[in-house]
Amino acid sequence: MSRPSPSLLSRVVIWVPYLWLLALFLAPFFIVFKISLSQTAIAMPPYTPTFGLSEGWEGLKNAFNSLSFDNYLWVFGDPLYVKAYLSSLKFAAISTVLALLIGYPLAYGMTRAPENLRTIFLMMVILPFWTSFLIRIYAWVAILKPEGLLNQFLLSLGIIKQPLIILNTDLAIYIGIVYSYLPFMVLPLYAALEKMDHSLVEAAQDLGCTPIKAFWKVTFPLSLPGVLAGSMLVFIPAVGEFVVPDLLGGSSTLMIGKTLWAEFFVNRDWPVASAVAILLLLILVLPIVYFQRVQAKARESEV
Amino acid sequence: MASLGSIRRDFAPWANPDEKPFIRFENVTKSFGSQTTAVDDLTLSIYEREFFVLLGPSGCGKTTLLRMLGGFEQPTSGRVLLDGQDLSGVPPYRRPVNMMFQSYALFPHMSVEKNIAFGLKQEGMPKAQIGERVQRMLKLVKLEKYASRKPHQLSGGQRQRVALARALAKRPKVLLLDEPLGALDKKLREETQFELMDLQQELGLTFVIVTHDQDEAMTMADRIAVMDAGKVLQVATPAEIYEAPNSRFVAEFIGNINIFDGQIVEKTGSAARIRDKSGTEFQIALGSNAQADGSAGLAVRPEKLQITRERPADAVNAIDGEVWDIAYMGDLTLYNLKLDDGRIIKISTINSRRRVEDALTWHDRAWVSFAPDAGVLLTR
Ligand SMILES: Nc1ncnc2c1ncn2[C@@H]1O[C@H](COP(=O)(O)OP(=O)(O)O)[C@@H](O)[C@H]1O
Ligand SMILES: [Mg+2]
Repeated sequence: MSRPSPSLLSRVVIWVPYLWLLALFLAPFFIVFKISLSQTAIAMPPYTPTFGLSEGWEGLKNAFNSLSFDNYLWVFGDPLYVKAYLSSLKFAAISTVLALLIGYPLAYGMTRAPENLRTIFLMMVILPFWTSFLIRIYAWVAILKPEGLLNQFLLSLGIIKQPLIILNTDLAIYIGIVYSYLPFMVLPLYAALEKMDHSLVEAAQDLGCTPIKAFWKVTFPLSLPGVLAGSMLVFIPAVGEFVVPDLLGGSSTLMIGKTLWAEFFVNRDWPVASAVAILLLLILVLPIVYFQRVQAKARESEV
Repeated sequence: MASLGSIRRDFAPWANPDEKPFIRFENVTKSFGSQTTAVDDLTLSIYEREFFVLLGPSGCGKTTLLRMLGGFEQPTSGRVLLDGQDLSGVPPYRRPVNMMFQSYALFPHMSVEKNIAFGLKQEGMPKAQIGERVQRMLKLVKLEKYASRKPHQLSGGQRQRVALARALAKRPKVLLLDEPLGALDKKLREETQFELMDLQQELGLTFVIVTHDQDEAMTMADRIAVMDAGKVLQVATPAEIYEAPNSRFVAEFIGNINIFDGQIVEKTGSAARIRDKSGTEFQIALGSNAQADGSAGLAVRPEKLQITRERPADAVNAIDGEVWDIAYMGDLTLYNLKLDDGRIIKISTINSRRRVEDALTWHDRAWVSFAPDAGVLLTR
């Protein structure tokens, strides 16, 4: 190529993010997808077939032909998996609603605070990210366990006579998920509320709305893109959450992240685990696509 | 003072002592924190059906004053009365007053129609009646074709009209407008000024409108309140403000003016003699400033001055200098005359004839003269 290099360079620069996506998202996806079509085997790696060129073209063709959707049928056939999916969706949905109920007033209060305090509040929201997620969840174990900080506190105040059993219950999972993902709810809500022109609320009041009515007629509808973004950012990772149910949940807690982990590391059934993972992805693609649509629409009407 | 200028219409409730003010600010002060006093012990009366303009430089407290009337700010001290009722503690949604915001504040998630209907819905007006009123409003602001558009699909001028229609839809007793024409280009602004005036006449409302544009204020107002630093300096008709400013600030804020600073050397009945820094003495009618004494300024508008090559034989007040600048504007010619002590005097003459024999030109010596009643005496 004897063309002057700037255009080549700029084309390369444009391609870098695509290559990045290809390498880090698409390639692993296809590897997992391929494993999900394989069968378990006592081998290294623990599934067949493996694709290799050692047996030539024939071998490759045989390997391809032996791929099947059996694992998916297996997952659908076993009520345990279906239950785990549904239960995960329930945990994620309720956690999202709770995070919204807590996060909205928080974000709203932050935007109404004096300007110099807002940055401090924002820092406080982001601050937990400075320590490891795992350690923070362990800290919740210390807080919630029967002889933990919360029970000691309540007992010493005489509010309760018996320690509350929170750890290893569903309640602990909700606390853990809401705590972990609250910043992802607060930040988009804050961004949406912050950029809103306060004179809109004043206009609504001028036209006869009480402050509460003005909130529901103007502030809330205009913050919906933030509500949606926050909800997605909480809901999507919460569905596949593993650490929180593992550390805070009980043995009977059914969440797909836990099932997935057990399938990989306890049963060493990589193909079924992969199928579970791929199905999880498909379940989550729907809300993501919907979210993208709404976002694009919101951007359109902002101009 | 009724003889000054022409009165736009036969309407002067402020001149009638029996007339009760519709809106009244009584010793209103508004402070933000300990440093900023946006409105400073201000007393002001506005009458029903008046087109009242608050005029002043940016930051002088106009918006704050308007917001106190709308209910968005509470006075730090003093009180605001509407139709005799103290408005303290009355929230915005219970005031029979509507505001058109500087930013228009149109609801971006609602169509033009919904925006206009918003206030009526809050009142609980029946649907059919709302539809009818909205249609009338759309017609009034000539936006019938845009009823279903969203605000972001409209031009600046159209948005301004939606905001106006929305504020008018509720038939408020008072319409507050905060720099309503600020975002429009010059031509549209001038058109809209007249539309606003017609609308106000037609609907018989009281308008209180904020602007920092003196031409806009002069064009539209029944009366103007000139504000500076949280205080009202003068409240008067546009003609009075122009012809009889009561202070240097008002005189200089509106139009062009020449001020000769000096000392009052003699007072005889209704006239005074003032000696300026160069030693020239001028005669001036005292007007309303009968108590004037000591140092004062003699203010004369450029069009009240005559410029001639020789000192006119009958001139009472005259001073000479060098023609420093000439600007031919078509209808007018503006001269800058440089006095011998360096001061520049602005003179404007009407070009009522196509040709002038022996016209003045750059660096000619010339005399500027004026009658004793051409100027006003300013003592502050
Ligand atoms: N909410 C506020 N907080 C603090 N200072 C304010 C506030 N609103 C107005 N001010 C101050 O009050 C003064 C008058 O403001 P404003 O009424 O907006 O002036 P104008 O409308 O004449 O330009 C300004 O100095 C402004 O900075
Ligand atoms: Mg203002």
